[in-house]
Amino acid sequence: MSKHSTGAAQLPEYVHDLKQSDVRALNQALHDLDPAAPVTHWKVLNAAGDHALAVGIDANANVEIMGHVGYYCAGMNKHATVTIHGNAATGLAENIMSGVVRLKGSASQSAAATGRGGLVVIEGNAAARCGISMKGVDIVVQGSVGHMSGFMAQRGRLVVCGDAGHALGDSLYEAQIYVRGKVEDLGADCIEKEMREEHVKELQALLDKAGIAADAREFRRYGSARKLYNFNIDHADAY
Amino acid sequence: MTAKHPGLVESYLFNRDTIHEIQRAATEGIYDIRGMGAKRYVPHFDDLVFLGASMSRYPLEGYRERCDTNVVLGTRYAKKPIELKIPITIAGMSFGSLSAQAKEALGRGATAVGTSTTTGDGGMTPEERLSSKTLVYQVLPSRYGMNPDDLRKADAIEVVLGQGAKPGGGGMLLGQKISPRVAEMRDLPPNIDQRSACRHPDWTGPDDLEIKIREIREITDWQKPIYIKVGATRTYYDTMLAVKAGADVIVVDGMQGGTGATQTVFIEHVGIPTLPAVRLAVEALTELDMHRKVQLIVSGGIRSGADVAKALAMGADAVSIGVAALIALGDNDPHLDQEYQKLGTRAGYYDDWHAGQCPAGISTQSDHLASHLDPVLGGRRLANYLRTLTMETQIIARACGKSHVHNLEPEDLVALTVEAAAMAGVPLAGTSWIPGRS
Repeated sequence: MSKHSTGAAQLPEYVHDLKQSDVRALNQALHDLDPAAPVTHWKVLNAAGDHALAVGIDANANVEIMGHVGYYCAGMNKHATVTIHGNAATGLAENIMSGVVRLKGSASQSAAATGRGGLVVIEGNAAARCGISMKGVDIVVQGSVGHMSGFMAQRGRLVVCGDAGHALGDSLYEAQIYVRGKVEDLGADCIEKEMREEHVKELQALLDKAGIAADAREFRRYGSARKLYNFNIDHADAY
Repeated sequence: MTAKHPGLVESYLFNRDTIHEIQRAATEGIYDIRGMGAKRYVPHFDDLVFLGASMSRYPLEGYRERCDTNVVLGTRYAKKPIELKIPITIAGMSFGSLSAQAKEALGRGATAVGTSTTTGDGGMTPEERLSSKTLVYQVLPSRYGMNPDDLRKADAIEVVLGQGAKPGGGGMLLGQKISPRVAEMRDLPPNIDQRSACRHPDWTGPDDLEIKIREIREITDWQKPIYIKVGATRTYYDTMLAVKAGADVIVVDGMQGGTGATQTVFIEHVGIPTLPAVRLAVEALTELDMHRKVQLIVSGGIRSGADVAKALAMGADAVSIGVAALIALGDNDPHLDQEYQKLGTRAGYYDDWHAGQCPAGISTQSDHLASHLDPVLGGRRLANYLRTLTMETQIIARACGKSHVHNLEPEDLVALTVEAAAMAGVPLAGTSWIPGRS
C-alpha cells in the first residue's frame, strides 16, 4: 500500500494494489482508521473477484474499488462510502449499518441482505433475493431484481427501476417496495398499495439521493397485507 | 388395557394421548407448540456405563489427586482462543425467548465457574455482555440485532445452521413475547408472531459458508474462534463439511436438545439422538486427522456429571447445556406448583415456554413475571449446579484413573443395550461385540 502526499481532493491518499498486497492487509488498514478522524480517500486496484473486500469499515473513509468483487464486498459497513467499478458476487454490502455502497455494475444474489441502515445503489441489475431480511437499509436498483427479492423484509425501502421477478416481497413485514417496471408476481402477504403524494415525495427524495434519474410518479408501491402477522388457521395456505 | 377397568381395551395406535391430540387439533386448528426437547425415550447416555478401575487400571484418589477440567477452544485459526475452566458451557438461548433477568443469571452463573454463555436469536443485550466474562455471539439466519460492534465485543462467534430440536427448521417467537424492547432489537413491530428463517440469507452450502466465515474473520481481524453449530442429522458429513468450511469448533446438538418454541411434531420426529451424533462427529474428525484440533462441543440432554463424562469419553471436548441450566435457575420449581396449576399444568411438567407466562420469570417478557427471578440468586444456583456437574465428572474420571477429564476414552465405556452399543460404537457390556463392526 502506498500513501500519496497530495492536497488534491480528487486524488486518493492511499492506494492499495491487490496484486502487491492482500485482502487482509487492506481490511486491517481500514479497521485501523480512527472513527472520529476526518474522511480519508482510498483506491483499491486490481480487484479480481476477491472476497470480503473492504468489510467491517467503521470510519469516514471514501473507498473506490477498481474491478469486479467477490462475496460480501463492503459487508457490515459503517459510515464509509464504498464505490465498486465492476460487478459484485453474492452478499454485496450484507448487513450494512450506515454509509453508502455504490455498485457501478450488476450484483449477484442477496445484495444488501439484512442491511440495517445506510444506502446501497446498484446501477445495473440485482439477482435473486435482493434485500432479503432487510432491516432498515435503503436499496435503489437502476435495473431489475430477481426472484424472492425483499423476502421477509422488515424495514427500509427497496426501489426497483426495472422489473421484479417471482414472489416479490414474500412474507414481508414493514419494508416498503417501489417498482417502476413489471412485477412477475407477488409473494405471500405482499400487496400493491396506494401511491399517495407523500410516497411520491419520499421516493423522489430517495432517487435523487441515490443519483438515479427517474420520476417517482412512474412507480407502484407494495407493502405487507399484515395477514400473516399472527397465526390464523384460515390463512394456512399462505404459510 | 387397565386392571381398574376390565374389558376396556386401549388401542396402542389410538391411545388416550393420541385421541386427545386429535381432538385438540380439531378444536384449535393448529399444531401443538411447546418448549423443552424430545420427551419420548431414545437411546441415551443412560444406556452406557463406565468400567472404572480394576486389576489392570489404576484409579486416582478421589479427594487428593489432581483431575483437571480446563478446555481450550478455537486453537485452529483464531488469534485469541478461549480457555474455560470447565468443559461445560451454556448453550445459545435468546433474549426474547428468555427474560433479561434469565440471560443475566446465565451469565453470572457461567462466569462464576469460569465457563462461557451464548447469545441467541435476537442479538446481544448489554446485561448479558456485562455479566458474562466469556460470551459466544450467535450468527443466525434471521440476523436479528446483528452488528459488527457486537461481533467484535464477543469472545467467540457461533454460526448456527440448526439445532437438535428442529434441524431444518427456523425459529418462532409468538406475539405475546414480542415486547417493545424485543421488537426494537429485532427491527419488528411489537406483538406480532415473529418467524426466524431456516436458511441463512447470504450463503448456500458449504462452499459459500467457507467464504462467509472468512468474511467474519476479516471483520474481526481473525481474533475470535468461530464455531459452527448443527442439529444432529447427517452428522458425519456435516462435521466434515464444517471442518472444510473453516470451523475452529463444531457444536453438535442432538434431538433431545431444547427449544423455546417449536412444533411437537418437529421436536419428536426430526433429527437423531445425541448418542450416535457424538460418535459420528468424532469419527469424521478422526478421519480428517482433526480430532482435538477442531474442538467438538456436544449438547442435547446433558443432565449430570455422568452425561458429561460419557460425552467426553466418546471424544467430545466439551458439552453444552440449555434445558438443565433453566431448571437450575428455577424453571419447574415445586414451590411454584400453584402458579403452574393456574396455567393448567404442574411443576415438573411445564413446557409452554413459548407462551410468555412463566411464573419463574425465565421464559417471559412480562416485567412483572420476570421480576420473580433474582439474577444474583439464579446465577448462584446455576454456579452450584455447574460445580456439581464438574465434581461428578471428576469423580468418574478419577475412578477410571484419569488425571484430566479429557483422558476419558471410549475404552472406558460399555453399553447396556444393543441399540446403544451400535449408536455409541462401544461394546455391549460383558461382550466384545460392537454391532455393525464385528
